[in-house]
Amino acid sequence: MENKLSIEKSVPGRRGVRVETPKGAPQAYLPAGCLRKRAPRLPEMSELDAVRHFTNLSRKNYCLDSHFYPLGSCTMKYNPKAYDVLSVLEPFAQAHPFAPEEAVQGTLEMLYELQEMLKEITGLAAFTLQPAAGAHGELTGILTARAYFDARKDKKRTEVIVPDTAHGTNPATSHMAGYTVVNIASGPDGCVDKTALKNALSERTAVVMLTVPNTVGLFEKDIREIADMVHAAGALLYMDGANFNALIGVAKPADFGVDLMHLNLHKTFAAPHGGGGPGSGPVGAAAHVAPYLPKPLVEKKNGKFTLNGKMPKSLGKMKAFYGNAAVCVRAYCYLRQFDGTTLKNIAENAVLNANYVRVCLKDAFPAYFDAPCMHECVLTIQKDKMNGVHTTDVAKRLLDFGFYAPTIYFPLIVPEAIMIEPTETENKESLDAFILALKRIFEEAVSQPQTVHDAPHSQPVKRIDEVSAAREPNLRW
Amino acid sequence: MFTSNTPENKKEMLAKIGVSSVSELFASLPEGLRYPVLNLPEALTEAALSRHVRELAAKNKPLLNFIGAGCEEHFIPAAVNALSSRGEFLTAYTPYQAEASQGTLQTIYEFQSCICELFDMDVCSASHYDGATALAEACAACLRINGKSTVLYSAGLHPHYKTVLKTYLKHVPGLKLEEIPLKDGVTDVHALKEKLTEQASCFAAATPNFLGQLEPMDEISSAVHGAGALLVSVVHPLSLGVLQTPGQYGADFAVAEGQSLGNAMNFGGPGLGLFTCKKEYVRQMPGRIVGVAKDKDGQRAFVLTLQAREQHIRRERAASNICSNEALCALNAVIYLTLLGPQGIKEVAQLNLERAHQLKDLLRAAGHKVEFEGPFFNEFVLRLNAPAKTAVKKLAKKGIGAGFDLGRVRKEWADLLLVCATETKTKEDLCAYVNALEGFVYGK
Repeated sequence: MENKLSIEKSVPGRRGVRVETPKGAPQAYLPAGCLRKRAPRLPEMSELDAVRHFTNLSRKNYCLDSHFYPLGSCTMKYNPKAYDVLSVLEPFAQAHPFAPEEAVQGTLEMLYELQEMLKEITGLAAFTLQPAAGAHGELTGILTARAYFDARKDKKRTEVIVPDTAHGTNPATSHMAGYTVVNIASGPDGCVDKTALKNALSERTAVVMLTVPNTVGLFEKDIREIADMVHAAGALLYMDGANFNALIGVAKPADFGVDLMHLNLHKTFAAPHGGGGPGSGPVGAAAHVAPYLPKPLVEKKNGKFTLNGKMPKSLGKMKAFYGNAAVCVRAYCYLRQFDGTTLKNIAENAVLNANYVRVCLKDAFPAYFDAPCMHECVLTIQKDKMNGVHTTDVAKRLLDFGFYAPTIYFPLIVPEAIMIEPTETENKESLDAFILALKRIFEEAVSQPQTVHDAPHSQPVKRIDEVSAAREPNLRW
Repeated sequence: MFTSNTPENKKEMLAKIGVSSVSELFASLPEGLRYPVLNLPEALTEAALSRHVRELAAKNKPLLNFIGAGCEEHFIPAAVNALSSRGEFLTAYTPYQAEASQGTLQTIYEFQSCICELFDMDVCSASHYDGATALAEACAACLRINGKSTVLYSAGLHPHYKTVLKTYLKHVPGLKLEEIPLKDGVTDVHALKEKLTEQASCFAAATPNFLGQLEPMDEISSAVHGAGALLVSVVHPLSLGVLQTPGQYGADFAVAEGQSLGNAMNFGGPGLGLFTCKKEYVRQMPGRIVGVAKDKDGQRAFVLTLQAREQHIRRERAASNICSNEALCALNAVIYLTLLGPQGIKEVAQLNLERAHQLKDLLRAAGHKVEFEGPFFNEFVLRLNAPAKTAVKKLAKKGIGAGFDLGRVRKEWADLLLVCATETKTKEDLCAYVNALEGFVYGK
């Protein structure tokens, strides 16, 4: 398949878009020392050349619109087309962050109502929509905790406790916020080992970060007790809400005793992933930590909506402007299509689909923890039967069967992990087809392993030697 | 909504799982906490939603916009959104399975290449959240590189960037953050030199700065490098069609808000953080990077690379916690730059220069006082005869976004208005602006 770069198709003098001809040279306005010397080497293409170039590139992608995309922990649910239209409405797109507030009441009202709905769903007292992604939300949450302890002059709390099943972002976030990371091992059932937690908790503990449900797809069954232990030690409980799709409408995190949490609007709330963003990672806070959230927050005063930056205890700002508003419109639209009784259908169908996949695959790829799962199941491979076929090979072979691969080799505590999150928007037929493909791959691994080792066979490129890229990095033309 | 399992499907699936109801699957949740009352508005059909959201959007009032201050109105060719909104780009995720994600990976490689070319810098990441977080991460990288403890920054940085910088860095043990004052609207280089002690890790400055003025980057660069510190430059990407590049004056890191490259304003988000540096610092560059690899037939392919810097490998020892970034906004930027080409980017930059200078001349001719005399790109400061706040309010009533009231930053700047004119403004627009501002001429 043709894989030329745009610059390799460039022909001097071609133009993709014509703009008005400037009247004077830059020298007419600026001293010579301020000017650029060499023209940038950008592609020169007609509009059609460019359209064809990017259209053909897009066709080399698997995506949710075309393929089942069971990427665990990423909640690749359907992104309704109505929101593609509504999120780019001209008045939203043309709103300037410093426009007089009377000119952006629509945007502010949308943001305010979204804050309110997220508060209701989680039971938390306040929500900021400022963070631009999940990891950004984590950092916001941990810095909020830090501001809370600093205000109490509680300087001895220097540690964040993180279970070994956590997303890599949790320890990385804690480190960025200036905390020492204390890792604790999980129990044999895949949940937090309460004894390990008890031993790790001390007057040095600032925050315990838990992903709920956790990354092996299980609900932390002792969550209430854990919250009590954390609070008794004077620390705060942070919930990584990346997996909230399992709980939405079924339980409110505030009821577990959570003090702070983030949500991923590009996961649970149906905003598309865009090949890696833009996302949105709102952070919710219980009343005692809410004053420390980043400023500003959207408020409603006398029927008007306003950005209130007068938050004297606030940790500061996490981003230049207030949140990824264009992503927030999509989440707002999504929530407006449910009500108090139908919201739970999301979590229920997500959990049903994941358990169905888990049970149907138990002979080929058994679950690492043999228990009902939440929204995703974590499977492993049967090494003794599979002739040296590894999880990577299974993932690559799945591409040949027309499926994107699950998340693999995560969580780290599961050997050869295959983490499957079907989401609620897939129907039974697509799950059955996926299950059948994985069973076939298992049979291939038993009888003709080379086919699996050599996969993929159907993609624009063959198996890529990823190490070759790091050896002598070529990162640009 | 959006689920498609029929009651019949559910029955079959539950039987296969071996439970009698879906709620049994939630048995590990504490019983008293299951199925809380949710007080949410009524559910809307798509048709009702469409009507409702359009009514909401209509509560935003269109403005003839002269506000910049870190977010600008520019023309976006239709092909940009037509291509980036294709489901193949929009509904894919981070290209973990490279073989089935070559489209996204190649576009990121082309994005990195275009930005490196525009900036004259060696390497570029796949993107950051926005200009402010890119700046904070660049300063954090400097601290890791030279192990020094003081971050100096110009008072000319965007006030929100300063706040983000402080928020990100204040927990670094032993860190000192110091602001270098302005003189005549640009960094006071003499004051900077005095602060460039042995402990200075880096100096961060924006050009154009928040007041629209171009900083003397050659002079700043030699002062900073002469003192053994690193230079972090915050640039305006579109301006680089004509302006001196960070590569020309030897910036070690050059970051920017990339919204002006093919992305709508959207109330300031999503932005597009552009992050570039010299190649010797690539391993301290946070965020995803795409590189060229070979497949097993020796064919060229693209992959995420240098991942040993990242959180999913290094956990608490990672350069940053960033994972999701602003990939789709980066895609908009690379399509925009591909459509414009080298000549187009130069012309758009020239048009910005031209419009802003035309506006300045028209305002001067009407008796207005322009606060600073130095070179600028598409934004400049006016001194009014009344608080800028009043002018902003008055012009808003006429449907004009007058600019940014600098009194929001400093009390002594209350009468200063930051005005931006981009290529979107016609001569008639400029005249309408001058007329609307008639009662605010300084000295009258």
